[in-house]
Amino acid sequence: MNGAPREHYLNVDYGVRSWLFTTDHKRIAWLYLLSVTLFFFVGGFFATLIRLELMTPQGDLVQAETYNKFFTMHGVTMIFFFLIPAIPAVLGNFLVPMMVGARDLAFPRLNLASWYIFILGGLFTLAAAAAGGVDTGWTFYTPYSSIYSNTHVALTVVGIFITGFSSILTGLNFIVTIHKMRAPGLTWFRLPLFIWAIYATSIIFILGTPVIAVTLLLVALERVFNLGIFDPARGGDPVLFQHLFWFYSHPAVYIMVLPAMGVESELVTAFARRRIFGYSFVAFSSVAIAVIGFLVWGHHMFVAGQSVHAGLIFSFLSFLVAIPSAIKVFNWTATLHRGSISYDAPMLYALGFIGLFTIGGLTGLFLASVGVDVHVHDTYFVIAHFHYIMVGGSVMAYLGGIHFWWPKMTGRTYPEPVARIAALVVFLGFNLTFFPQFVLGYLGMPRRYHAYPPEFQVLNVMSSAGASILAVGYLLPLIYLIWSLRYGRVAGRNPWGAWGLEWQTPSPPPTHNFDVVPRVVAEAYAYDKEPEEVYEFVSPGRA
Amino acid sequence: MAPRVDALFYFLVALSLFFGLLIAFLIVYFAVKYRRRPGRERGVSTEANVWLEIFWTAAPLGITMVLFFWGATIFFDQTRPPLGAIDIAVVGRQWMWKLQHPEGQREIDELHVPVGRPVKLTMTSEDVIHSFFVPAFRIKMDVIPGRYTTAWFEATKEGEYRILCSQYCGTQHAGMLGRVVAMTPTDYQQWLGGGATGVSAAQAGQNLFLRLGCATCHKPDGTSQGPSLAGLFGKTVKLQGGGTVVADEGYIRESILDPHAKIVAGFQPVMPTFKGLVSEEGILQLIAYIKSLGQQERTAAK
Repeated sequence: MNGAPREHYLNVDYGVRSWLFTTDHKRIAWLYLLSVTLFFFVGGFFATLIRLELMTPQGDLVQAETYNKFFTMHGVTMIFFFLIPAIPAVLGNFLVPMMVGARDLAFPRLNLASWYIFILGGLFTLAAAAAGGVDTGWTFYTPYSSIYSNTHVALTVVGIFITGFSSILTGLNFIVTIHKMRAPGLTWFRLPLFIWAIYATSIIFILGTPVIAVTLLLVALERVFNLGIFDPARGGDPVLFQHLFWFYSHPAVYIMVLPAMGVESELVTAFARRRIFGYSFVAFSSVAIAVIGFLVWGHHMFVAGQSVHAGLIFSFLSFLVAIPSAIKVFNWTATLHRGSISYDAPMLYALGFIGLFTIGGLTGLFLASVGVDVHVHDTYFVIAHFHYIMVGGSVMAYLGGIHFWWPKMTGRTYPEPVARIAALVVFLGFNLTFFPQFVLGYLGMPRRYHAYPPEFQVLNVMSSAGASILAVGYLLPLIYLIWSLRYGRVAGRNPWGAWGLEWQTPSPPPTHNFDVVPRVVAEAYAYDKEPEEVYEFVSPGRA
Repeated sequence: MAPRVDALFYFLVALSLFFGLLIAFLIVYFAVKYRRRPGRERGVSTEANVWLEIFWTAAPLGITMVLFFWGATIFFDQTRPPLGAIDIAVVGRQWMWKLQHPEGQREIDELHVPVGRPVKLTMTSEDVIHSFFVPAFRIKMDVIPGRYTTAWFEATKEGEYRILCSQYCGTQHAGMLGRVVAMTPTDYQQWLGGGATGVSAAQAGQNLFLRLGCATCHKPDGTSQGPSLAGLFGKTVKLQGGGTVVADEGYIRESILDPHAKIVAGFQPVMPTFKGLVSEEGILQLIAYIKSLGQQERTAAK
């Protein structure tokens, strides 16, 4: 370091074109980060309006049809434009090449194309919102969506259809990269568990996404050309739609949570500074979830008139898919045992994740018990359950991951004390928002109600109060992370003392990631060894 | 049914509390005990213990299998209405519930029932999917256009219970509410007598049967172009080209709206469709009539 600042992927060029035409996976990760953050706050805006309306039992803030558009836009934005891309496309893009010791993903230009496709799809959906919105719920159940709704269904589903290709291409890129571009010595069982999780997720991307794409296309075709596919009045079958929809959309839950589990494994090991407990069990449980996850869609249809025997089979398989998740929770907890644990903000998110994901998982058992599901199906119990998985799980892990890798991505550290406070605010706000909804559901409040019987008001007010705390918890990181870009302390190569390969190169990394091609000679998370005993940087790298 | 559902529900609550608190306790305990301290900058990587892994794979598996069988047993009984239940026809539409008693009374968004007698609902929708939900009875079933679904309950205490639509069905979804009024059997009889049309569902079906001209071909002795419908309901019917079908509500509905879908062995596909000529409620009345033909025959045989 003699005077001139070191060149890295951020300062190599500042022009707008250098960003919009970049093929650097790290810069594309930033493009995704900015876009999904925008969508997160759009989705959050609709959530705020929902919670405001539900403060009182009467539907007094907005009309019913407006409210129905709010929850639809909330669901569509959050699921298709935030949760599904968030961890894979932001953290996965940044980290997969770095963790496997590669210069970039296998297909850098395809990677950039994925982002443009994502944005194009997003624009369609935002256009639908701007044109007056859509009111079908993010589930688009037929024949309501295909025949009866008077809103912009076709525009919205075309947006989701387009965005699906972005998922497929990203998954393809990851799979090829993980197979073909691992550094010398980086065998499958030396891979970080984040890579296993991303790999499992990519399989779902490739196998599942075409199904939802075609299904939504059929809805649009029935709507526009009056084909009889799902409408019984024209010989269609409305329940067929649900089978096709959930065949993707249940695995999509694992698209959202598997990467979060991968992040979790990285955080827990880095802040306990010890090897993961039961590496192969954690790794294979990701694969098991991806496989069994394709066989449980019918539990969304226990009261949709499917046969009793189908109900029982799906109930059985749903219980089965709980086992790999339980294995992970036990192994993360055991990883804390005899660790050297620090309470930095990413670890607070990681510990919060275990707690909230456990509650989400346990309440999943209620829903898999078909006799109980009949009562709580389509009530706020379900809303609470999946928010515990997707917000308590995925969003917590995403935030933990963003904090953890922020120094690597930017070269700066964020202010630790305020970040810890924000993590606690998120945890408390989240529980206050969603725990009362379990009770509401058991008492019989159905979902998607714009007005509700007065006896449910107290719990709804608690939930809305929690949501306002949660909003503060989400705005804080937005502010101090932006602040840290300029004023944060310079992070250095490895501020956490973590053993991952991505920490063995400068922060921010050079465009080609590693100056020297690394050779991996030990397993992941070998905190009982020195980094020099894990990685050898021998062969000269090319700039 | 409600106490049985609640028993499993509370068992699940207890189970969740146990595991939730166990995990929470372990996390807090480890996080405090093994916090980073000077001189212990790194954790100790203990070897994975295969027996421990097997234990915490097998234990949840065992527990979930108990839950599976428990939940399945309840589900079996939830889906099988007992014999002798009162047959109520339910038609959902945006955004109301239309119900008809076997004695002929029609109700909108209200259902009067006697306590202590099972009530079976045969449901369909005129437009989109709805879901019939009575939280107090722990029952819920989607109401789907183009097919019949069933649910049943037995009120044990007099009172009023909310009916809610729990499947999103459009703008006024939250307003698609109703109530079940459970009364003593005597009050119920009285209620049935008051304001009645005097025409039972089966009789209404018979009137419709005659008006639509069904009787021309479906003669009781089977001497005309169509098969006899006497004693048909619940029987297994042989079909043209092999195969059989049980003559349930769904089959009869299909045969009225799409007569060529399944042709009875020995008959020609000559029946025209009645799509658009008869409402969902009318079809349910026709079914009630065809059911009553079976009962007449059985009574006569005795």
